[in-house]
Amino acid sequence: MKKSSNTLRKITKTYFPCLLVTAMFIICQIMITTNAMPRTTKSMLVPVCVYIVMAVSLNLTVGISGELSLGHAGFMSIGAFSGVVIATYTREVFGFSEPAQLLSALVIGGIMAGIMGVIIGIPVLRLRGDYLAIVTLAFGEIIRNILNCIYISLDGNKLHFAFNNNDIPGTQILRGPTGVTSVEKIASFLAGFLLVLFTLLVVINLIHSRSGRAIMAVRDNRIAAESVGINVTGFKLLAFVTSAFLAGMGGALFGLNYASLTPANFSFNASILILVYVVLGGIGNITGSVIAAAVLYILPEELRGFADYRMLAYAIVLIAVMLITNNARIKAFVNSIFKKNKAKGGEQA
Amino acid sequence: MSTFLSNLISGVSLGSVYAIIALGYTMVYGIAKMLNFAHGDVIMIGAYMCFVMMFNLNTPAFVGVLIAMAVCTLLGITIERLAYKPLRQATSLSVLITAIGMSYFLQNLAQLIWGANPKSFKSVIPSGGLSLMGGSLKISYVTIVTIIASVLIMVVLTLFVNHTKMGKAMRCVSEDRGAAELMGVNVDLTITVTFAIGSALAAIAAVLMCSAYPTLKPTTGSMPGIKAFTAAVFGGIGSIPGAMLGGILLGVIEILGKAYVSSELGDAFVFAVLILVLLVKPTGLLGKKIHEKV
Amino acid sequence: MTDTKRRSDTKMVEHPSRASGPERDLNKRPVLECSHLGIDYGGLKAVDDFNLTIGPTEIAGLIGPNGAGKTTVFNLLTKVYQPTHGVVMVDGKDTAGMNTIQASRLGLARTFQNIRLFNQMTVEDNIRIGLHNQIPYSTASGILRLPAFWKGEKKQHEKAMELLSLFNMQDMADVKSGSLPYGAQRRLEILRALATSPKLLLLDEPAAGMNPKETEELMDTIIKIRDDFQIAIMLIEHDMNLVMGICEGICVLNFGRVIAKGTADEIQNNPEVIEAYLGTQKEDE
Repeated sequence: MKKSSNTLRKITKTYFPCLLVTAMFIICQIMITTNAMPRTTKSMLVPVCVYIVMAVSLNLTVGISGELSLGHAGFMSIGAFSGVVIATYTREVFGFSEPAQLLSALVIGGIMAGIMGVIIGIPVLRLRGDYLAIVTLAFGEIIRNILNCIYISLDGNKLHFAFNNNDIPGTQILRGPTGVTSVEKIASFLAGFLLVLFTLLVVINLIHSRSGRAIMAVRDNRIAAESVGINVTGFKLLAFVTSAFLAGMGGALFGLNYASLTPANFSFNASILILVYVVLGGIGNITGSVIAAAVLYILPEELRGFADYRMLAYAIVLIAVMLITNNARIKAFVNSIFKKNKAKGGEQA
Repeated sequence: MSTFLSNLISGVSLGSVYAIIALGYTMVYGIAKMLNFAHGDVIMIGAYMCFVMMFNLNTPAFVGVLIAMAVCTLLGITIERLAYKPLRQATSLSVLITAIGMSYFLQNLAQLIWGANPKSFKSVIPSGGLSLMGGSLKISYVTIVTIIASVLIMVVLTLFVNHTKMGKAMRCVSEDRGAAELMGVNVDLTITVTFAIGSALAAIAAVLMCSAYPTLKPTTGSMPGIKAFTAAVFGGIGSIPGAMLGGILLGVIEILGKAYVSSELGDAFVFAVLILVLLVKPTGLLGKKIHEKV
Repeated sequence: MTDTKRRSDTKMVEHPSRASGPERDLNKRPVLECSHLGIDYGGLKAVDDFNLTIGPTEIAGLIGPNGAGKTTVFNLLTKVYQPTHGVVMVDGKDTAGMNTIQASRLGLARTFQNIRLFNQMTVEDNIRIGLHNQIPYSTASGILRLPAFWKGEKKQHEKAMELLSLFNMQDMADVKSGSLPYGAQRRLEILRALATSPKLLLLDEPAAGMNPKETEELMDTIIKIRDDFQIAIMLIEHDMNLVMGICEGICVLNFGRVIAKGTADEIQNNPEVIEAYLGTQKEDE
């Protein structure tokens, strides 16, 4: 009896992020049906889901695998643009319904980003530390540079590709630096919620399995992991590609939520924004990523006039969090302030 | 032929700017073992300072340059003391994230102060130039000054590192921080001086860069910063001649790539070089090999 | 004394390169055979012409002054460094061109002089990492929670607990390994190595930082591990009581070269060994 309640507690703890997002989803749905949610907030629901997916997937690379990736928005952009192309294609050529379009866009977007993850990961993961971070940044920029030159059009039921040349027949879907325009917005909150749940399940199940432990072992001590026969590059690649795949799916949903989108939307800044969510939520902490992404996305949008200071505030918080968590003296100082306040509160009461 | 030559010369000129910035990266990396991501944004602040002095306060150019250098030096020291010094014992991941935060902070601060719209910077160096080969090859004064300045900086810095007490301390700290400390070297001071020198150089680079490419906005520093880091890695991070060599080669590759391959993919080209170098020779052209002890 | 002498003599004839191993391993295939093993670092011979044979259930010691190249020998055997000369045969298989992972699969496991645990993971998870290749299931069955996952996890848990019981560490299973006391970390590292089901266990200074009582216990444990698991153990150690107490064959290294091989008695009376440890008579005077 005691044992079964223990197991239950363990399962609840492990899958807490899933329970959390389900609860959040139900609350939001109730607010929507009772018209209690302002329209501006409603329009943020899908991007919030996307950014939760982005933060959780980046946390897999940064927190669980221990490699700082600065090109996460690159994978997102691949997912977004291939997702839009696939959604348009399946609609025009196969006459897919909206959910089917969305599903195929998500799957193909994820796969395309995953393939890019393999192509980038194989060379990049041979590097370590700062070098790895800077090369992921470089790849993010290269992806954006190349997307700026790609033109795709649909002529009948044939897709045409062109590089650095917009002279292709049919209706153009992807137009180099102009990106995609007049996209049919088929992304929905339900789809967003399901994608978040899927992402969480994949990441949590991975972490709490043999392969996930191997990924963390490589993070904690590469040499020791090798000495017990763990394929270091293989498991780093597994984490990186899974992360890219999930980011691609998130990107596809993102792409189908806006009427137009350009490669410039996925610059280095976008990667940093996702990194801010991960760092502030706690590196390696999945629940933290979910909460940080949701709160930090909604809060600045709600506080008008704050927009100018938003990024400045993020920068300061980023530095402060790093200093507090990494410097014993500052940590002690901050703790002492909180304790003092608590003591004061106690006296007053 | 003369187009090629003029491309080559502007490549060397751009490369000289990269080299000056790369010196800042390479010295800090060699001594503090960290990637100072905010270095590019120190350049941007330097350029804005010079701009403010010359166009808002109408001071002569050299005063603007000196003030820019002074402000950048102070900024470099402040950043190091406030943000990086408390993290000496932290993992490189934490330090890098802090540096990214600092870079972001400077960019957004600049945007609040000076706005996001680009300002047009007027060259501190007289326009015009020399005509060679019967007028078919023109070299601007900016190009000439840039190249001369970078050579001068290189010579002075080499002399400083090799022949002064502080230079010796720098070499000590970069070799083995713990041992240097035990031998009585003031490690904190040495690191601070390194940041100060790097930041002063960043101000010079800022003025030279904005004289050649006269648009100034809060993100002006980030691309050249990343490219200069690429140059530092290319030459072998930690090595001063390496930064010089890497900078100039990278500038030439960028200009020639833009001229002869594709102008849209110029940046992609530079980054492709970085990736190739890291994969083939991760320690760069003049870098030392580091062994991990088991 | 004479008996030992004779035993090692007869062996020397059979295997010229062998330290004197125990009788019971006489006609069995040795678990490790090194011949002329060496590595050059740009002219510096860190290890040179290293020859050693270890029987399948032998406890062997590798001793020598600091900087003699002992850890380098371990690194060469486990392929952290690729040897520049010589041959290493593990359980009769040539390891030329193999990497660390392949060496591990072949049955080599080790601990490290400066402890290398997975600090942010629990004690049990550290051992489960050791079981990685012993009790496998695919990544897909892990993510999809297929039956193979549950079966594998259950097996890993049972095996991990069984190993932990060896050092009476079961109740520490959920503690983060980084927060364990020093001695427990050393023991955990040994268990993690054992989890890979090695044929030869390499221990790099297992008694470092332990007090005499702990060292005494460690000696018993090493013998128990050998008896229970029927494996060979090779250890680097500076504690001569431990080395002389449990090692059946001892190899002495100085400046990268083997200067003596034999039983504890033979080593203790070898003039070259005494010289290596204490310096020459002349210098002493």
